[in-house]
Amino acid sequence: MSELSVNHLLGIKYLKKKDIDLIFETADHFKEVINRSIKKVPTLRDITIANIFFENSTRTKLSFELAEKRLSADVINFSASQSSVKKGETLIDTVNNILSMKVDMVVMRHPNPGAGIFLSKNVKAAIVNAGDGAHEHPTQALLDSYSIRERLGDVGGKKVVIVGDILHSRVALSNIFALQLQGAEVKVCGPKTLIPKYIESLGVTVETNLEKALQWCDVANMLRIQNERLDISYFPSTREYTQQFGLNKAMLKRLDKEIVVMHPGPINRGVEITSDVADSGQSIILDQVENGVAVRMAVIYLLASKIK
Amino acid sequence: MSQKILLSAKEINIILHRLACQLLENHLDFSNTVLIGIQPRGTFLAERLRQILSEKYKVKDVKMGFLDITFYRDDFRRGEKILEANSTKINFLVEDKNVVFIDDVLYTGRSIRSALTAVQSFGRPKQIELLTLIDRRFSRHLPIQPNYRGRQVDAINNEKVRVMWKENDGEDAVYLVEKV
Repeated sequence: MSELSVNHLLGIKYLKKKDIDLIFETADHFKEVINRSIKKVPTLRDITIANIFFENSTRTKLSFELAEKRLSADVINFSASQSSVKKGETLIDTVNNILSMKVDMVVMRHPNPGAGIFLSKNVKAAIVNAGDGAHEHPTQALLDSYSIRERLGDVGGKKVVIVGDILHSRVALSNIFALQLQGAEVKVCGPKTLIPKYIESLGVTVETNLEKALQWCDVANMLRIQNERLDISYFPSTREYTQQFGLNKAMLKRLDKEIVVMHPGPINRGVEITSDVADSGQSIILDQVENGVAVRMAVIYLLASKIK
Repeated sequence: MSQKILLSAKEINIILHRLACQLLENHLDFSNTVLIGIQPRGTFLAERLRQILSEKYKVKDVKMGFLDITFYRDDFRRGEKILEANSTKINFLVEDKNVVFIDDVLYTGRSIRSALTAVQSFGRPKQIELLTLIDRRFSRHLPIQPNYRGRQVDAINNEKVRVMWKENDGEDAVYLVEKV
């Protein structure tokens, strides 16, 4: 019988190829479940999950919560903005207090890289990393790969370009790990100031010309310009960024093939991607959102089955 | 591990035809009846019965689906084994239909209990019946009995009934296997 090789989902870095395959196979079943008229299964009725978000999130939190509820788990939500964290409580204390209410699994988003790993070593619960600073966002990368697999049949052998702010992006890092693990080729594209200096050591190539990158790829994953993380000026103006790295319909038309366009959301329409591209048939942005629930159900189900 | 044969290919064939006739007797033209094979191993039996109904008795277009019960089981995290899912393929609603569950072996009845819950996701059936090739007597944990049974078997707990299908296992046969 197959099971995950890990007890927590802290990052794609810690997974093996067969873990990803197992998650995708399980997600196929859950995708069928969430398209039924009754979208709920009773599997996790004796599991309690805490969603602990120290950073703002709308879709990830909603997606996790929905996935948990579709599996019939009991769910408690916790946002740092309305909690004792403001009063100076430490992370371990906060989480242990929640765990003493008999919680089996913690889904956590935290601004500090490595927060999930730290927690997994110090508390007794299965941890799912829902984004830790600029480090990893494993479920996003899994749902991205799952969506590519759904559209193109397989991830292996595909060429994927990740465009935008690679420096601050946990989505980019997790995607690089996930895509490479499945045998895809990865290129990053963006302003030099937003590309980490040693990114090539991960085995990815760098391109600063968007047209050339698009010509090369099968899939373009357009990242959001995260204005909240840009503490200094990395490019002269948003307008200039859009002119160089924004994806528009004319650009897609100039290509001699039809590429798949992705975006992890939320979209800055007219900045990294124009509306006519985001809403076109080449875009799988809304599929990504739907698949997000199925993939998260699979991750939670597989981790929960390892809780003793 | 010793095993003895319970049913040969010939016996299975006779039983399948009898079961098909019994279904026919109660459901006639199958216009409001659906067959649901319970994953993973009830699907072969369901497929066979549909084949007999269509080829031998000219009942065409019998609706059939496969139901996976993994996410409805009551032993999640209770056994050593990790529960692995199979696919559910039911592309119709069972609302107001006569449903016939089809499984190869009826043992504790817990799978069927799960299937009864699972099928509710596809509507409210008019009635549900159960057809099983092998009915292991005296081993039920729940008050569940088959409406159609191929063969009743008395087996003790450390014995396993193994149903083989030509399309999957290379031969049609039912064995009683002693677990060591």
